[in-house]
Amino acid sequence: MFRFIVRRLLQLIPALFGLSILLFIWLHRLPGGPETAILGERGTPEMRAAIRQNLGLDEPILVQYGRFMRRMLRLDLGSSIATKREVTTEFLQRFPGTVELAVTALIIAIAVGIPLGYLAARRRGKLLDHVSVAGSLIGVCIPVFFLAYVLKAIFAENLHLFPSSGRQDPTLEATRITNFFVLDGLMTREWDAAADAIWHLVLPGIALASIPLAIIVRITRASVLEVLGEDFVRTAEAKGLTERVVRQRHVLRNAMLPVATTIGLLTGGLLSGAVLTETVFAFSGIGAFIADSISQRDYPVLMGFIMIIAVLFVLVNLLVDLSYSLIDPRVRVR
Amino acid sequence: MRAPRPKVAIAAVAVAALAVAGCAESDRGDSGESQKDTLVFGVAGDPKVLDPSLASDGESLRVARQVFETLVRPEEGGTKITPGLAESWTPDSTGTVWTFKLRSGVKFHDGTDFNAEAVCVNFNRWYNATGLMQSPDVTPYWQDVMGGFAKNEREDLPESLFKSCAAKDATTVDLAFTRVSSKVPAALMLPSFSIHSPKALDEFKASAIGGSADNVQYPSYAMEHPTGTGPFKFKSWDVANKTLTLERNEDYTTGPKAKLKTLIFKTISDENARKQALRSGDIQGYDLVGPADVEPLKGEGFNMLTRPAFNILYLAMNQKGNPKLADIKVRQAIAYALNRQALVDSKLPPGAKVATQFMPDTVEGWNSSVPTYDYNVEKAKQLLAEAGATNLTLRFHYPTEVTRPYMPNPKDIFELLSTDLQAVGIKVQGIPLKWTPDYLNATSSGSAHDLHFLGWTGDYGDAYNFIGTMFDRQKAEWGFNNPALFALFKQADSTADSAARFELYKQLNAEVMKFLPGVPISHSPPAIVFGKDVTGVKASPLTDERFATAEFKS
Repeated sequence: MFRFIVRRLLQLIPALFGLSILLFIWLHRLPGGPETAILGERGTPEMRAAIRQNLGLDEPILVQYGRFMRRMLRLDLGSSIATKREVTTEFLQRFPGTVELAVTALIIAIAVGIPLGYLAARRRGKLLDHVSVAGSLIGVCIPVFFLAYVLKAIFAENLHLFPSSGRQDPTLEATRITNFFVLDGLMTREWDAAADAIWHLVLPGIALASIPLAIIVRITRASVLEVLGEDFVRTAEAKGLTERVVRQRHVLRNAMLPVATTIGLLTGGLLSGAVLTETVFAFSGIGAFIADSISQRDYPVLMGFIMIIAVLFVLVNLLVDLSYSLIDPRVRVR
Repeated sequence: MRAPRPKVAIAAVAVAALAVAGCAESDRGDSGESQKDTLVFGVAGDPKVLDPSLASDGESLRVARQVFETLVRPEEGGTKITPGLAESWTPDSTGTVWTFKLRSGVKFHDGTDFNAEAVCVNFNRWYNATGLMQSPDVTPYWQDVMGGFAKNEREDLPESLFKSCAAKDATTVDLAFTRVSSKVPAALMLPSFSIHSPKALDEFKASAIGGSADNVQYPSYAMEHPTGTGPFKFKSWDVANKTLTLERNEDYTTGPKAKLKTLIFKTISDENARKQALRSGDIQGYDLVGPADVEPLKGEGFNMLTRPAFNILYLAMNQKGNPKLADIKVRQAIAYALNRQALVDSKLPPGAKVATQFMPDTVEGWNSSVPTYDYNVEKAKQLLAEAGATNLTLRFHYPTEVTRPYMPNPKDIFELLSTDLQAVGIKVQGIPLKWTPDYLNATSSGSAHDLHFLGWTGDYGDAYNFIGTMFDRQKAEWGFNNPALFALFKQADSTADSAARFELYKQLNAEVMKFLPGVPISHSPPAIVFGKDVTGVKASPLTDERFATAEFKS
């Protein structure tokens, strides 16, 4: 087990090295540079040249990459060209927002999707089944920004039930520790701040959950239907087990395996798919920030954020691999 | 008894949600009363830096305008120069030394005194800047206005316009310049020339820009400790929540104290999201209202303010890009071909006007009798025929993915303009480009473009900031060389007597419209909106809205 972990972590090094080269070349080959975003319509070619020279962007790309790598090896990701803050600081201030949003969406998708998919399968061909199948089809098709707009129009603008933007009411002056606002509120016992942060997560959470929810409903339904037709279910029923025991011990547990795999795949998508949701809900996260940074050609932010996310993805995948052996004893990690 | 568990689970989730809803709703309701002296204002982007000496983006300057004050400032709701931290100012006979009489009894937010010495500390800080402080993206407005520094570290930097500062007594300060310039004193109203507390500048090492040229790091002063004399004090900047909080300066003496106790700027980059946040009560005002939202929001009772137009949208004709455009008759034909009134009526926000010259009429030097080119298809065709350009094809660049105060919908503008050009027989090859970086790069350099449109929003109330910026030297955007015109600009810039300079500006406007390097199209008034119960803010053409006067109607 230990050797497995070490080996996987060592594999990370060449992977990150390759990624950094590809990313660096790709980003720097994009037309234009940060100087245009800095100067806007006020820029003259001379001013732009001066800024490029100052940022070292007029040097050969290998020299620039060398400079980047030297900093990377010192674990220094540099500073954003636009905000002049350290890239790691920017990341730590924004990533928690994205994680909170993704977790909320995942909770909504799972809490609603699995029961709904299960019920739909149990009542196959009945009204609930038709409604949930049609509903999940709409959930997959509907564009997130449109759903967000409608949700805000109904629940924020008209009913004033939920806030339409941001992560927390700024007048609360909540204490920040981890930048996970819900967690911070609980840690500092600022219950109103935690409740307000949860409250701000509801509408964006629903918007972001729409697609995963629909997928989970469909996968659960299909999986349960498949398991219901299996021999061991009939055997269990024939043995005289109560319906409840059959459902819980046999049907649900076996049906959950493909669902769990799907949820794992969806999680990665939630982190990267939050760009639109973050933008329309003015939610401070990495998605919207990366999108801005691309249009501003903020190379250090893009390089830094993507490298950090890559490391996180590898680590999460490692955890998932390790967890397989816990869930299913037949899987052995070597 | 079928499927009781899922039902129970769903019910539990629903109850929990309702419980949290009730709890949070009551919180919001409770704080509603005390929020009447707290205004949350929606802005389109995060400020970049809190030290306005280092800023050029509108959001940083908006914050600076509440926290800091300048020696002179624009009149409220206008562009004329009025007293700020200085009560009066006079040039000497040469026009190069200006004596400012300062207000007395003013204190910085850290309790130290504002005086002539403090003014000199600030000017010397900018002038004596070294190292990274000389980077063009670190001190953009100083370099734009003053040119260079005491010791220029880059070859392309010009000699500094600023020469020295002398504190004659506590309330009298002399600013000396190397030559007469139209920029003095008008440019000193820019927030970048805000006066900071010398103690705070020193304590938080405001000039110690860290890192390297490609990895600039601002000192803590610029991110956490801006210390001015303004009606609001900086309180906190919550980057993770995209909000910046200011609180009332209780010791403010320059004018009436702020009516709001707390002013919060909240970043909502999406225009639609800002509108929805206003309607749902998250914010009590926002800037950069979409032109299509002006009338509906007004109809709903929101307090919509229209800024006097302080911008220009123009069609540029690149004489180097296409030799045919070097023929004045072709340029005139294009000007006659454009139905600018129809464009203004159909595509620009209410209150927009057709432009007759490259600056708005709110600035001294505007000329009511410049040559004009009213929509005339026949005349356009005739001029093209005379110029032998009946079979003209023009590469017309237009930007995508952008709205600017002077240009809310570039694609619509392009379509109308190109239809007009086609109507007089000019073939148009439309070239859409992404605003940044492609469009800005293409239009300001090279010879790949024939026509494009672009605009300018004035920084301060002086004609040179409009027409001088565009036409006082050879620029790739226009591709012409007109030494006589450039000389006249130089003469205007170095005329100390303001009345004489305004006359020269009028002459310049006439000359420019005669030479017709491009076609001025329109001036658009940007809108800013406040909640139904918020009053007291006066819209400013320079976006110098003063939140100190904002209050909630009881």
